[in-house]
Amino acid sequence: MSNPVFERISQDVKDNPVVLYMKGTPIFPQCGFSATVVQILSHLGVKFKGIDVLTDPSLRDGIKQFSNWPTIPQLYVKGEFIGGCDIVREMFETGELQQVLSEKGVPVTAQ
Amino acid sequence: MRVQQALRDKLMGALAPSRLDIVDESRMHAGHAGARPEGESHFRLTIVSEKFRGLTRLARQRLVYAAVSEEMRRDVHALALTTLTPEEDAG
Repeated sequence: MSNPVFERISQDVKDNPVVLYMKGTPIFPQCGFSATVVQILSHLGVKFKGIDVLTDPSLRDGIKQFSNWPTIPQLYVKGEFIGGCDIVREMFETGELQQVLSEKGVPVTAQ
Repeated sequence: MRVQQALRDKLMGALAPSRLDIVDESRMHAGHAGARPEGESHFRLTIVSEKFRGLTRLARQRLVYAAVSEEMRRDVHALALTTLTPEEDAG
C-alpha cells in the first residue's frame, strides 16, 4: 500500500460512507453509465461523494487496479466495493441496494 | 467482428455458457470518450453458465472480466453484463 494513489483511494472510501468513482461530476456526468448510478443514488436520497476520474489519469488507472475492476463507474459503500453500473442497477431493482445501504447505516430517504 | 469474435471465443472457453448473446452497441456511444472510430468498443452480453452458480453478481462479473481482460485493456471500453445460471434464465 505504498502506492500514493492507493493510499488516497483508501482514505477517500474510509472518510466518506458512499463514494462513486465516475466520469464527470454528479451534476454533469460525462458518461451514460456514470449518469445511471448518479440517478439511482439521487433517487434514493443517498448522500454520496462523486470523484471524477477524468481529472486525474493516475486515479483513473489506479481505481481500476485498486478494485481489480476494469471499468468506471465504481461504487463504494463504507469502504466496500459494491460494483459497477449493471450491478448497482440490478441491486436497485431488486431492493438489495436499499438493503445494503440500510444495513451499513447509510440513510435512504426514498425507495 | 474481430473483437466480438475474440470475446465469444474466450467466453466460450472460460465459462462454457449454454447461452451467449453478444450485441455490439458501439454505435449508441459513437463520439463519446472511449468510443473508437472503428467501433467494437461497447457490447451488451447475456451469459448463461453453470459456473455462475452460488456466486454473487460481483464474483460473476469478475469471472467474465478475467476471461476477456486482454480485450478490456486493448479494445473494449465497456460491457453491459447480464450473468445468469440456467435456472435464473429459465425463471
